[in-house]
Amino acid sequence: MAPELSIKDQNREVELFVGRATTLFVLVVLMLGLLIYRMLELQLWNHDTYKIRSDDNRIRVQTLAPPRGLIFDRNGRLLADNQNASSLALVIDNMPEPSQSLERIGSLLELTNTQRSEMISRVESNRRPDAPLVVVDSLTEEQVARMAVNRHLLPGTEVVNRLVRHYPYAEIAAHAVGSVRRLSDEDLRRVDPVQYSATEFIGKRGVEAFYEDTLHGQVGYQKAESDALGRLRQTLDVQSPTAGKDLYLHLDIDLQRAGVAALAGRRGAVVALDPRNGGVLAMVSQPAYDPNFFVTGMSEAVFGSLSTSKYVPLFNRATNGQYAPGSTFKPIVGLAGIGLSATTWDTVIEDRGAFQLPGQEREYRDWSWTKENSGGQGMVDLRRAIYRSSNVYFYDLASRIPVQDLVDFAAQFGLGRDMSVDIPAAGSGLLPDPVWKQGAKGLPWFPGDSVNMGIGQGDLLATPLQMAVVAATLANRGRLVQPRMMRGIDAPESGDGESLLPSTQIALEQVSTQDWESMVAALEDVVHRGNQGFRGNGTAWAYIGQDIDYRMAGKSGTAQVVEISQGEEYDEETLSEFDRKHAWFIAFAPVENPTIALAVLVENGGGGSSVAAPVARAVIDAHMQKAESERVAQQEMLVQR
Amino acid sequence: MIQADFQRTLSPYDSAAAKPSRWYFRLHIDPILVGLLTVVIVYGLVVLRSAVDGNEALYTAQIQRYAVAYVVLIVAAQIPPHFYLRISPLVYVVGMLLLLLVLFFGVSVKGSQRWLEIPWLFRFQPSELMKLAVPMAVAWYLQKRSLPPSLKYTAACLVIMTLPALLIGRQPDLGTSILVFGAGFSVLLLAGLPWRLVLWAGLAISAAAPLIWQFVLEGYQRQRVLTLFDPQSDPLGAGWNIIQSTTAIGSGGLFGKGLFQGSQSYLDFLPEARTDFIVAVMGEELGFVGVAFLLLMYLLIIARGLWLASQAGSTFGRLLAGAFVLTFFVYVFVNVAMVSGILPVVGVPLPLVSYGGTSAITLMAGFGVIMSVRTHKAW
Repeated sequence: MAPELSIKDQNREVELFVGRATTLFVLVVLMLGLLIYRMLELQLWNHDTYKIRSDDNRIRVQTLAPPRGLIFDRNGRLLADNQNASSLALVIDNMPEPSQSLERIGSLLELTNTQRSEMISRVESNRRPDAPLVVVDSLTEEQVARMAVNRHLLPGTEVVNRLVRHYPYAEIAAHAVGSVRRLSDEDLRRVDPVQYSATEFIGKRGVEAFYEDTLHGQVGYQKAESDALGRLRQTLDVQSPTAGKDLYLHLDIDLQRAGVAALAGRRGAVVALDPRNGGVLAMVSQPAYDPNFFVTGMSEAVFGSLSTSKYVPLFNRATNGQYAPGSTFKPIVGLAGIGLSATTWDTVIEDRGAFQLPGQEREYRDWSWTKENSGGQGMVDLRRAIYRSSNVYFYDLASRIPVQDLVDFAAQFGLGRDMSVDIPAAGSGLLPDPVWKQGAKGLPWFPGDSVNMGIGQGDLLATPLQMAVVAATLANRGRLVQPRMMRGIDAPESGDGESLLPSTQIALEQVSTQDWESMVAALEDVVHRGNQGFRGNGTAWAYIGQDIDYRMAGKSGTAQVVEISQGEEYDEETLSEFDRKHAWFIAFAPVENPTIALAVLVENGGGGSSVAAPVARAVIDAHMQKAESERVAQQEMLVQR
Repeated sequence: MIQADFQRTLSPYDSAAAKPSRWYFRLHIDPILVGLLTVVIVYGLVVLRSAVDGNEALYTAQIQRYAVAYVVLIVAAQIPPHFYLRISPLVYVVGMLLLLLVLFFGVSVKGSQRWLEIPWLFRFQPSELMKLAVPMAVAWYLQKRSLPPSLKYTAACLVIMTLPALLIGRQPDLGTSILVFGAGFSVLLLAGLPWRLVLWAGLAISAAAPLIWQFVLEGYQRQRVLTLFDPQSDPLGAGWNIIQSTTAIGSGGLFGKGLFQGSQSYLDFLPEARTDFIVAVMGEELGFVGVAFLLLMYLLIIARGLWLASQAGSTFGRLLAGAFVLTFFVYVFVNVAMVSGILPVVGVPLPLVSYGGTSAITLMAGFGVIMSVRTHKAW
C-alpha cells in the first residue's frame, strides 16, 4: 500500500471538486455570456449594417441596354433592325485565373488569332470587372454547345443573348444609313455614362450617328440575386429599358438598289432628292462596305482591305466627295447671265471651238476640239449652248459677268455650303471668289478664272449631294430645298421631318418664271432633242433620250481632273485611272411636276452623257415606274370604293 | 482502505448508492443528459437540413453517424469506470505511438499532416483520440495521488499533456494541440491546482506571447490572428470567412430570415456552412433567438454533466467526467467565438451540430463515460 493512499481524504477531495466545478461553471456562464453579448452586438445592435451588407452581397443591379430604334425606308422596309445573337460574356471578378481561362476559351471555341487578340484587348480595356463583358460576338450554335458543356470548368463565363444591329441590305444602303460601332472610351466621355452603361454600340456614321439620341432609348435596370460565384439565381425587380424610337426615312430602297445596279461596280455616287421637300430618296456611294462587319467584328484582312484600299470604300462620295461640277454648272451660269442681264435668250454667238480673252494667247477650248478638227457648235444661243453644252458660249458669258455677282448667284443654289439638315459632316464643296483665292493661294482673281468657272472647272468643287440640290432647285424653278434623311419618328407621317427645319424657299428673284421655263426647256432638250442631224441633238439624247416615255430635264458634265496642256488632246488611254475625267449628270422628272431630282457622278468614268446619264435614267425609271404603279393602285382603290 | 470505504458511504454526494433501484441506473443511463443531448442533436439536424442545401446523401450519412454515436454513448456508459482507469495508460501510449506514425507516415490534407490512412478501409486523426486519451491519462495519474496535487505531480501531469500537444503542434494543427492540452489542463484545474499557479502561468504565457508570435506560430497562423482584428484588410482572401460569417449572423437579426431562407449560405457566400461555420447558418436563419436557445441547451448539458461528475464514486471518475464536460464547453466556446469573429479561425466543429462523424462519436463516447462514472457502483 502506497503511503499516498493512506493520506487520501475522499471527502475533502469531493468538496474540493465541487468547489472547483462550481467556480469553473461560473466561468462557463460568464464566457457563454460573452458569446451572447457578441450575438446581441451582431444581431440586434448592428443588425442594419449587416443586413445591408448581406443584401449588397447577393443583390446585383444590372443595367439593361434599350433596344435600338429601327430604321425603315419610305416603303416601310427595314434598313436596320436588331437581331438576336449569342455572345460570350465574362465577369472578370469571378474568374480565378483570367489569363488562363482566356486561353482555354480560345482553344475550346477554336477562335481565330484575331478573335483571341480582340478578346484580350476587350478584357484589358474593361471598365467593370463585376459586370458581364462581351468578348466574343455571334457564337455559332456549336460554340454555344461547347460552352454549355464546359461551363463548370470556366467560372465567370456565360453565354448571353443580346440584340445586335443588323443591316439587311448590307452594302446597298451602307453610306445612307450609316452604321454603329462598339462604344469606345472616347465615346463614353461624350455621352451620358448612365444611359450608356449597358450599351455596346453607338451610331458612328450616317443616320445612325445623327439620330443617335433618338434611336438609343432609355437604359433599364434589373435587380437580381446572384450567388458567391456571380451566377444569377433570381430576378427581384426589373425596370425595363425604353426602346429607342424608330426612324422612317425618305429613302427608297428600290431606288437605292437601282442606283447600285446602274453604277455596276464603277466608283461613283447617286443622290436623288424629292424636290418638293428635300427628302433624300437615294444616296449611293460606291464602292461601299458591309456595315454588319462593324457589329459582328471582321477579320484583320477585311478591315485592312476596307481601310487601306485605294478605292476608299468607307468614304461617302455622295456627301463628301468633292469634284469639279463641269458642265452641270452651265445652267447656273446661263441663268446668272439672264438674271444679271449679261445676255438674253436671243443673243447668238459663234462657237468655233475655242475662246480667247482679249489680248491673251491662251485658247480655251470646246469639248469637241481635236487636233484635226477645231470643233465648236457653230451659231449658239443660250438654249443651244445648254443642250449642246457649248463651252465657248459660257467662256464668253462668264467672262462678261462680274465674278462676285456670278458667285453670289451660284450660292443661291446651295453651292459652297452644306445645306443638309441631318447628314453628319457633309462636305460643303468650294465656291471660289477673289477673297478666297487671295487667302488660299495668295493670288488675285484672273479673268481666266472666271472663264474656267463658266464651264464649272477651275477651283470650283461640289459634292454629288450639292449637285442634287442644284437639280432640285432647277426642278423647283428656283426654290432651294435642304436635303434631309428623316421623314418621321415612330411613324412615317409623324411630321417630324418637316418640323426639323422648314425647306428654305430662296426665290431667285432676278430670274422670271418665263426665264425658268426657258431654262427647263433647254435642259429638256438635253435629253429629248433628237434626230436633228449634225450637232443638232441634245448631248444625252443618243444615250437616254430615244426610248423615254416621260419628260426628263438634265444636264451632262464631264469634269477634267488634270489639266491638259495647250495643244494636247485628252486621251483616256494614256492617262492613269485616277486622272481620267469624272462623268456627271444632273436631272429631274417629270418636267412639269418634278418628283425626283438627282445627281450622278461616276469617278474617272468618262463622258457625262455616255456614262452618267444612263445611270440617272435607270434610277429615274425606277422612280417613275413606282410612281405609276402607285397611281394605278390608288385609282383601283378609288374604283373599289 | 477501510477508512476510504467508510468515507465514501458517508459522502453526501454519493447518491448512486442512495437510489440504486431506478431503472435508468440499472441501464447506466442519465435520462436528463440524454434528453438534452437529443434536443441539441435534433435541433442541429434541422439547421443542417438547411445547410446541406438539398444534398440528401450528406444528410442521410449524418443521421447514420448519429445512430452510431448513440450506440457508442450507450456502450460507453455500460463499461465500468475501473475499466477506463485500467486502459488509460494503454490508450495514452497507443495514442502517442499513432501520433509518431502520423509524423512519419501521415497523409497530408491541405498542407498539414494529420491523418493516418489504411488504404481502402478508413482514415482517421489520432489527434482526435488524444482528446480523450490525455484527460484519461492525467486523471489516471492523479487517481492514486492526494489532491490537490503537489508541485511534483503537477509537473508530471504537465509532461503527460505536453508531449502529445507538441506532436500535434508539429503536424501542424495548433488548434487541436491547444485543445488536447486544454483537456488535460481541465483535469488539473478540477483536481485543485492552486489558482495562484494558474495565475502565474497565465502571466508567464502573456509575457512570452511576443516570443510565441515570433518563433512558434507559422505565417498562416499569424495571418489568421491579424485577420481577426482587421478582416477588411483582405476581404476576398483571409478575411472572407469572418466577413461572411459575421454578415450572415448579423443579418439574421432577432428572429432570423427563416429556415431555408439564409441568402448567405444558400448563395454560397458562407464558407464551410455545414461544418465549422454552421452556427452562422443558424444565426442567419433563426436569428438571435435560435443561437441563444442553442447556447442555453449547451449550458444545461454542461451543468448536468458537472453535476453527474460530482456524483462519481472515484477521483478518476470525477476528474475524467468533469474534464470531458469542460472540453465540451471549450469546443462550444472556441467555435462560436471564431464564427462570430472574436477568436481567430481554427478548425473546431460545433459540438453535436456540425456535419462530421469523428467529433460526434468522440463527444458521445465522452458523455457515455460521464454516465458510466455516475451510474456504476463505487469502487
